[in-house]
Amino acid sequence: MTILIRNVTLVDALGERGPADVLLGEGRILSLEGGDAERVIEGKGRLLAPGFLDLHAHLREPGQEVKENLATGLLAAVRGGYTDLVSMPNTTPPVDTPEAVRALRKKAQALGLARLHPAAALTQGQEGRLLTEAGLLREAGAALLTDDGRTNEDAGVLAAGLLGAAAFGLPVAVHAEDASLRRGGVMNDGPLADLLGLPGNPPEAEAARIARDLEVLRYALRRGQKKPRLHIQHLSTKRGLELLREAKGAGLPVTAEATPHHLTLTEEALKGFDPIFKVAPPLRTREDVEALLEGLLEGTLDAIATDHAPHTQAEKEMDLLRAPFGIPSLEVAFPLLYTELHRKRGFPLKRLVELFTDGPRRVLGLRPIHLEEGAEASLVLLDPKERPVDPKAFASKARFSPWAGWVLAGWPVLTLVEGRVVYQALE
Amino acid sequence: MRHLLDFAGWTKSEVESLLETAKVMAEVLERPVKKVPALQGFTVATVFFEPSTRTRISFELAARRMSADVVSFAAATSSLQKGESYKDTLLTLEAMGIDAYVIRADAAGVPHQATRWVKGAVINGGDGRRAHPTQALLDAYTLLEALGSLEGKKIAIVGDILHSRVARSNLELLPLLGAEVWAAGPPTLLPQALPGARLTPHLEEALEGADAVMVLRLQRERMEAGLVNLEDYIAHYQVTEERLQKAKPGAPLLHPGPMNRDVELEGTLADSERSLVNRQVHNGVAVRMAVLYHLLVGRER
Repeated sequence: MTILIRNVTLVDALGERGPADVLLGEGRILSLEGGDAERVIEGKGRLLAPGFLDLHAHLREPGQEVKENLATGLLAAVRGGYTDLVSMPNTTPPVDTPEAVRALRKKAQALGLARLHPAAALTQGQEGRLLTEAGLLREAGAALLTDDGRTNEDAGVLAAGLLGAAAFGLPVAVHAEDASLRRGGVMNDGPLADLLGLPGNPPEAEAARIARDLEVLRYALRRGQKKPRLHIQHLSTKRGLELLREAKGAGLPVTAEATPHHLTLTEEALKGFDPIFKVAPPLRTREDVEALLEGLLEGTLDAIATDHAPHTQAEKEMDLLRAPFGIPSLEVAFPLLYTELHRKRGFPLKRLVELFTDGPRRVLGLRPIHLEEGAEASLVLLDPKERPVDPKAFASKARFSPWAGWVLAGWPVLTLVEGRVVYQALE
Repeated sequence: MRHLLDFAGWTKSEVESLLETAKVMAEVLERPVKKVPALQGFTVATVFFEPSTRTRISFELAARRMSADVVSFAAATSSLQKGESYKDTLLTLEAMGIDAYVIRADAAGVPHQATRWVKGAVINGGDGRRAHPTQALLDAYTLLEALGSLEGKKIAIVGDILHSRVARSNLELLPLLGAEVWAAGPPTLLPQALPGARLTPHLEEALEGADAVMVLRLQRERMEAGLVNLEDYIAHYQVTEERLQKAKPGAPLLHPGPMNRDVELEGTLADSERSLVNRQVHNGVAVRMAVLYHLLVGRER
């Protein structure tokens, strides 16, 4: 089917331009100057961007479907404007075999929503001891290797994992946090944690592990024939950012992501003792948030990734020591940052869109999508109209949100994967 | 005052009014028939997600002395780990018509969370490291009995400050009543900062000229976690007869119990005339009667 989106403003990593009349067909952008189409959509006042890619989502399948499954998770993704998504392997059992990767991809393809790029475990059972089969996992379609959720205590195993993954062009993503320094911390360590009587997770636990992992990367770089690639997940501290900046300055092949919650919330949110705000790494201070924003602007941070982590309502109504870590955010990530960063703080739209599109694509070694003739029609149409966040209306099984009631603009109203409509909420 | 979670937002006069009520309740407890009908028709639930004997008995006695009906619920932490929800437990009790909930939990914030689910008054019976407001009230009451006033008085709190809800609540309450509060303990057991507290790793500094000394329990799990060495603790932080000479002569000793004799406190001191430990327990009932009365009857006042 051919689709014409009229009078729409184009925005991608190259910038904002238009309005254009975008003609889509055969899975591609056929023209930016209109033409006959079977379906015409009014794009006036709206933004058209390349489809978003999330590097870091927990879809909980297999084994934890009570929290989320591929169908609900990938529907949440397209509702959030994502056409591509990397699922984390810390499922039950963990995704650590080529068969498991193939099974996930097959099932996701049948759903016909966002395209799934499963991450596979770096070590068998995510136990941090024996490596998985990087080459076979790559052939099965794994996008990256990670023991996300675990913290790769053994530096030697991480080094071997980086070398092995590099041979097949796979990045290795790490949850960079020194577990022995973090101990039982459930919120940012500091005066507020002391006051609230909650065990603290110090920012130094993140910095210490980033420093170590960067040295491990140097080692793998020196020893390997192929260039290893290290990706740091959900960076949350100013000090962690400084270490990353220095490493990038020295030319190390390292990338990093920040999450919507670490960019819009601080530790102060824990004052009401609501486990909705319990995440790992924890929400930090205003100073850390400002540092992350700077890191996004200057390019030290490569991508915004959701760390979409659905849980059941009952789990999030436990106490702060027992409730699990995590926030569901696939459906609100873009409007949240469009509103809070771009509209309220003047963060450049071009860069923001890049952090949802080209940035994460580069981390995976995928080609960017730019809005030009011939480009793949995996796109999202964004609406400037404001509406409040309503978790009850989420497609995700996790119907709670720290941003419930926040009034946001920039909601996706149409998501297309290779020219096929996978989500629409057009009035 | 609809709930008693901690002392955030409390004024000095509110605390004084509560302690005045406690005095009246203490008189009731001196009578041959230790019972008044003040809370007849009200139902108080003690909901203990963490085991405790003395606090629960103290609250239940307080409620019964005022003719309230009392129900108690004790959940093993193990069943919480299995996913049993606080919310369901509380909603079940709510459906039975409870007027006040005394909630004890090993995690900070559970009483705060409870206020989102139940309509009745919530009293924090001790939540993790966060707060134990009725303990602080009975400590303040006991200190006032001993010292007359807390205005300008130096109170030293000694021990594991970081993990102590008793310390946190006292550090909120005692400065409100005019006291200068020092908290001393090993560096690994001291918070980075707490409003109202002067923190020091030197016991002598805290004891110097103190009008009263409150000793906290050293918990064995802190030693297992490598946060403190027992011998070193005893050598540098045990409150002994000799060290206590730095404090004002006759300065009273408090301890919220249970006590590790000869660990945090020299055994002979615990039994000495300076020790107000049993007085604290005694006053606990009157103070908790006052709290229940204020929350349930005196709400509109």
